[in-house]
Parts: sequence; structure tokens; C-alpha cells
Amino acid sequence: MAPSHPPTAIETLGEDALLLRFGDGIDVATNARVHAAATRIAALRPPWLRDIVPAYASLALFVALDAFPPTTDALVAAERWVRQQVLDQTGADAQPRRLEIQVVYGGADGPDLAAVAAHAGLSAGDVVERHASADYTVAMLGFAPGFPYLLGLDPTLAMPRLQTPRTRVAAGSVGIGGAQTGIYPRPGPGGWRIIGRTNARLFDARSDQPSLLLPGDRVRFVPVDALS
Amino acid sequence: MTIRVLAPGLLTTVQDGGRHGSRALGVGHAGALDPYAHAVANLLVGNAADAPALEITLTGPRLQFDSGARVAICGAHVDARVDALPIPCWRPIALPAGSVLSIGACRDGARAYVAITGGFRADTVLGSASTDLRGGFGGSAGRALVAGDVLDVNGDTTVDDLHIARWWIDPSPDYDHAPVAIVRLLAGRDATSPVDGVFAGEWRVASASDRQGVRLEGASLHVAETIERISEPVSPGTVQLPPDGAPIVLLADAQTHGGYPRIGHAIRADWPRLAQLRPGDRLRFVPCSLAQAAQARREQAQRLARIALAIQARRSGA
Repeated sequence: MAPSHPPTAIETLGEDALLLRFGDGIDVATNARVHAAATRIAALRPPWLRDIVPAYASLALFVALDAFPPTTDALVAAERWVRQQVLDQTGADAQPRRLEIQVVYGGADGPDLAAVAAHAGLSAGDVVERHASADYTVAMLGFAPGFPYLLGLDPTLAMPRLQTPRTRVAAGSVGIGGAQTGIYPRPGPGGWRIIGRTNARLFDARSDQPSLLLPGDRVRFVPVDALS
Repeated sequence: MTIRVLAPGLLTTVQDGGRHGSRALGVGHAGALDPYAHAVANLLVGNAADAPALEITLTGPRLQFDSGARVAICGAHVDARVDALPIPCWRPIALPAGSVLSIGACRDGARAYVAITGGFRADTVLGSASTDLRGGFGGSAGRALVAGDVLDVNGDTTVDDLHIARWWIDPSPDYDHAPVAIVRLLAGRDATSPVDGVFAGEWRVASASDRQGVRLEGASLHVAETIERISEPVSPGTVQLPPDGAPIVLLADAQTHGGYPRIGHAIRADWPRLAQLRPGDRLRFVPCSLAQAAQARREQAQRLARIALAIQARRSGA
């Protein structure tokens, strides 16, 4: 049992949410504290809690206002619960899930691979090797349903987004946006540098488990010549 | 029964009370942008307040009913007709089989809701029938209506002749159509420079506004501290300030996370007013406390509860 790290601050986000802040930066250690707190809160899940939304360094808790009597200040009650149940307790460090995702790099599936290689001063093969040898953490899902923001990109591969986003990026496209990498679940507009593509289905709203990846998961990319 | 979509309107979607429990997966709230008008429309036809209904945007659809139906239209003033006969909003209307309901342009507002007795039988996904346009699921095929769509409605209603109820719901004070809309803001995380900049002048609604957010034009605002920000959870109502200095008030289709500074948060009681803003409309923000927001929310809920009781009395009596 490891102590769960208390948030450095608890703020309100509008009328019906608390924002628990665990740091200011994008780093694996801070993000791990977010996921530890999210796991503990999800296990306790009080009936008034509607949504638990992790981000890089913060965690939002959305409250069902009508679950409290009209005379009760719902956010005050929720904050009291957080301080009692989450901050003073110990929580088990959950073992993260580990997933592998097959990717075809370059060619029509990765139109920006050459540009990323040129920007990094590497060969295309080196970019693929570095991208596929890292151990990534799903910091959060956002932007679109099932879109993972992955921490752990080799810093030499970091590259600013396109000046003008593409109007259409294929589903499964693996991209680099600044110091992060991610995967587009659906076709649509996008400004990340696309270096490859997977045919893994990232999001299926009708499934019992709609999202292939969950916040806190560990991910590796496996280069393949063709998608099975 | 079924309804055939003869013409879809500008952006007509099936919406209910919205989606909860999936924000951690990047799934937004969706749901009616104007929950108040949506609720009154449903109550007028005997549905639960959050039943699936059609949300129309600026210009409405043309719908053909294959059997009798009881409908109500609430929200923006719309030019609505059954066949050639103009019909009023904010009251129940019985349509005989074969009727064509034509909803033209919205006046004094941007969104109207068409509810039907029994409710639309929509795709319920992740606990809600609302259309998630970004995710492409829920509602009718996960998208706005297109000509030729056939909508299923729960149950049949027998109606011999067109009947327009002689009573209606007075939507004031929630729809005051003031020349300058007033929206109350809770404090945000980030201060602006000058500190009261967001409250200082009038804002104009930009034409790029949509279900994700109301985009504003006016004085260029800046945050007091230009530190780098990382993406954090956001919520409908959050007022973001991108680097171009033009604020965006997030609405129901907002994404779940955002990296822009947050300079305020529009209170829930004013979400109907935000939903009704048209491109070019003027808007002013005033500051508000959490206690005042809760009070405004309770008062609005009480008005809705009184409307529900009045409708119930009408439906059981007259």
C-alpha cells in the first residue's frame, strides 16, 4: 500500500465540478499521481459522482447537483469528501494494463515521416526505431472520443504541429504533436504530424468497453510491414 | 409511427438531457443546448422533460407524419406551418396523419425544439440518445438529419383533425430577447489584463459559433500571466481565451479537455440564453458568485416545476 499523494490544490470548475491539481507540468510522475487518485476515487465512487476526468496534472470530479438536498452546497460537500476519503488514506498502486499496437510507418500511411526525420536530423528508419522503442503512458483521453495523449516520446522526435491542419486524417493515424504522440480514432481534421497508421479500433461507442485505451495504460508501438 | 424528413434544415439533431459518465474517455456532454426550451417542449406533449427531441438550428426541417401525432415547438420564435397553416409555438398541437410540418427560419433566437408524444426512438449510446457529432454516434445515425431520413417515434397517436391548444406557456423571463443579452460568469482560473476586461464592454457573437461554443468578437483580451498552460479538463460553460484574444464560451458539444486560459464560467441558468444567441447578437457579461449561481439555478428549476404542474392540470382537465 502506497500513500496516495494529495493534490496541491482543489479548485472549482464551474458550478458542478472540482478540479484537483497535482502539479503544473507534463511528466510521468505527476500524471501517475493523477491516475492513482482517479483509481482510488473510482473504487469508492459515491453516488453523486458523475464523471472522473483525468488530465496531465489534474483531475476533474463532476458532481450530480440534484443528488444533494437543495440546502446543501454540493461542491463544499464533495470537497469535504475528497479531503476525508482520498487525501488521508492509502491506496494500492494499481498495476497498469500493457497494450501493443501494430503500426505501418511511412508511405501513404505516414506522410510526415520524412519531415519528422529531417526535423530530428535522423533517418526515417531511426525515427521509427525510436518511436517504437519507447514505453508510453496514456496521460488522458481527450480531443475526441478515445483519442490518447501519450507521454514518453523520445524528445528528439518532438516537432511542432502543422501550421495548417489537414482537413482529413485517416482513422488510426499515429501522429506527433509537439512533445506528445497520439492516435486519431476517427477520420477527421488534424494538425499532428502523421508518421504511421494502425488498424486497431480505438473507439466503438456501442461496445461494453468503448475505448481501446484507458487513462493510465502503458502502450508500445510495434512496426509491421502490413496491417493484419 | 414514423416521420419522413423531406428537408433537413441547417443542423437538426436528436438531443436529450445529455451524456454522463464517459468524459474520461474523451466523450463530451452533447444534449440540448437550451435545456429549458427542450424540457418545456417535452412536458407539453406529456414526455419526461429530458426525452429525445429534435434540436433545430437557425432554419428548421420539413417533416411528414405517417400517422397522427402530438407535437410542441419551443425555443426561438420560428415560422412553423402545418401544410399551409401557420401554427404557434409553446403549446401542444395535434397533427392528423399525412401532415407536413414545415419549420422555417428562427427569429429572436437560434434554436428551437420539436418534441413529440412518445419521444423519438433514437440510438441510445453510452447512456444517452443525444447526437455526438464529433464521435459520430447517438441520435439518428450519429449525425444531423439529411433528406430521406426516417425517424421512428415510440407509440401511435390517433388524431382526426388538426388541433391547436388554446392555451400556451409564457416563456418569460427566461426568453426576454433583450437587445444585449446578459450572461453571468463565475470567476475562472486565469485573470485578464485589465482585470475586469471581460466585463468592461459588449461582445458580438461571431458567425463561427456552433454547438461547441459561442465565439465572441470585441475588444482583444489578454491574460495577466502568460505562463505556459497544459491541457486540463473543461466543461460546458467554461470561457476560454485563445491567443487571438477573442473569448469562446464552451457549450454542450465542447471537447473534454482544453489548454487555453480559462477566464470565467457561464452559469447554468444562463445556458439557455447562450444557446439562443445568433451570429451578430450582442452580449455582456456580469460577475456572479457560486451562491448566486445556485440561487438562479433553483429559481429556474422552480419555474420549470410550476410549468410542469400547469401543463399537467391542463392535460388532465381541459
